[in-house]
Order: sequence, then structure tokens, then C-alpha cells
Amino acid sequence: MTIRLNGEPYELPGPVTLSALLHSLDLDARRVAIERNLVVVKRQEYTTTTLHDSDEVEIVNFVGGG
Amino acid sequence: MADPLVIAGKTFRSRLIVGTGKYPSPAVMADAHVASATEMVTVAVRRVNLTDRSQPSLLDAIDRDRIFILPNTAGCYTAEDAIRTARLGREVGLSNWVKLEVIGDERTLFPDNVALLEATRVLVAEGFVVLPYTNDDPVACRRLEEAGAAAVMPLGAPIGSGLGIQNPNNIRIIKDQARVPVIVDAGVGTASDAAIAMELGADGVLMNTAIALAQDPVAMASAMKLAVEAGRLAFLAGRIPRREYASASSPAIGLIGALSPSERSGAGVGPRVTERASGGAAFAKASAPGAGGPGDKS
Repeated sequence: MTIRLNGEPYELPGPVTLSALLHSLDLDARRVAIERNLVVVKRQEYTTTTLHDSDEVEIVNFVGGG
Repeated sequence: MADPLVIAGKTFRSRLIVGTGKYPSPAVMADAHVASATEMVTVAVRRVNLTDRSQPSLLDAIDRDRIFILPNTAGCYTAEDAIRTARLGREVGLSNWVKLEVIGDERTLFPDNVALLEATRVLVAEGFVVLPYTNDDPVACRRLEEAGAAAVMPLGAPIGSGLGIQNPNNIRIIKDQARVPVIVDAGVGTASDAAIAMELGADGVLMNTAIALAQDPVAMASAMKLAVEAGRLAFLAGRIPRREYASASSPAIGLIGALSPSERSGAGVGPRVTERASGGAAFAKASAPGAGGPGDKS
């Protein structure tokens, strides 16, 4: 299945949780925030939130800014 | 704590808010933050770089025991994008504060005050502490305050321009009417600009480029710390009124060569006043040996 991750098509082997996605991307859940289909997902829901085909996912973190 | 800055019930000893962008390196940024003595820094919310994971985390270069993180919505051109970005920034989990930017023009980066007001209302209703970056417009600032902004942050000049406070009178008016803190955000180029903002009565100054792109960012951070403190002290001290002409600082009485009170009343003798009044020639005559002028009186 294919999701859109940070604006780009991204292939997944099948339905996975956000926790699993972060793990596969080697991202620390405590340093990021995630939006799925325009809705922010609470960090405590990463383990229970399963991605579906065509989901739009944004994973953000803090960068330098003014 | 003497003269703290209080925003939404949170107390800051420093009135200088600093950015985290554009520094030569994370180490220089960290040193500049120390030199500035800032207790609040802004950060931007951006997509994680999924292809290059070599970049260190920004948060590792910020002393979070001492420095409060203020996520911004920089780069957002609609209320919707700014709201989404603010929600994501909150979910990172460091605070429910947001420096709210909704940009209306690419070249000037001036705010879109209509969208800004709309986003402020939405985010305040969601429990955010909203610090909107706005024009130096007293009416816009009043509307934002009415919408629940915890502070208003009028620009001094376009972001990154270093032009200094372009409309000092508006900043003064904004401060005069505001019941929330006024933070001058953007436009500062050097220390005197920050001092002027504070002398106008601003409660704080927010800057990034002026420090980060200075030739020596750490030294400039120190300069800005001092400038903000100096400007604040000058504001509290109460400056003198401006006047068109001079007002001598030294006493006008007791000048040598002037008439004593008894002389002025006619009891004295001598041509001193006449000679002084004639200026340089009289002085030359008086100075000549044996000329018999006032200098020879002894």
C-alpha cells in the first residue's frame, strides 16, 4: 500500500502503526509530531493508530527559526 | 526578581527573546544563547528530513533547563496552515505557546492581519497561549488583544532587514494602549535598535538575524543583552523632555571674571565687565605683561 509521507509517495508492506513507521524511519517519537489526514495524532496513540492506503501523513520536528 | 517580564502568568528574567535560525553552527548558537541570557527562544516546525538523517536535533543545542521553547508558524500563508502548524508544534510536547505568524506578502514578509486575527481566535479557543507577530498597527494590536492574544508582537521593520524601528511612534502608541505585553519582533539590526525599542516602552524584543548573522554572533548576543537592559532601565528612569535649544548643565553663576553680587550692586570698582564684554581683544590686552588690565590687579 502507498501512503503520502511528508508530501511524497511512500510504500508500506501493509497496514502498520505509527509507532512501527517511526521505528522503521529511526525517528524518536519524543522529538516529532505527526498529523494524519490533517488531524494531529496524540503521541500516546501512536501504538494504536494504524495507517491505511492513501493516508496523508506529516511528520515534523523543530528546526532553527525566528 | 526585579522587573520581570510576565506573559500569560509565566515569568522571565530576560526581556530578550532570541531565534534559533541562521547561526553558523549549533555550538555558536548555544554560546550566543548563553551570552544573550535569553530565557525564551523561537523554533520553527518543519517536516522531518527523511533522506538526510545526519543533522543533529536542534533541541540538543538548546539548554532547556534554562530556556523556554516558543514554536512559531513561520512560513505559513493561510490561517489554516498556521493553525495546523501550531497544533503540531504543541504536540511535540514542550508547551502550548505559539508565536503565530501568518504571512501576507513574500517580499516583505508582512503579516496578513485578517488571517492572523482569525487564527488567533481559533488557537485561543483551543487553549493556546498565542503571541502573534503583527504589523506596527495599533488597531491590529488592539484587535489581537481582544481576540485573546497573550502578548502582541509588532514588527520594528521587515523580518531580517536590520532596518531598526521604522515607526517608533506607533510602537509607543501600541504600548500605551496595550494591556498585554508588547514585544517588538523583527527588524532589529544592531544594539541601538533594541535599546530604542525598549526605550519606547516595549516589554521585550525578539530577534534572530541580528545576532545569528552578525560577524561575531556571540559578541552581538552580549551587546543585545546589554542594549535591552539599558533601554529598559532608561524607560523606567524616565527620559528628559526634548527641547529645541540648549540648557546649560553647569551653573551660570560663580564664573570667574563675572561681577560679584556686591559689584553688581555698584559698590565695586574696575572695568572688568566692560573688558570681558569686548571679547578676545580685551583678553589679549589683559594678558599682556604690564598692560594694567584685570590680570595685573594683584
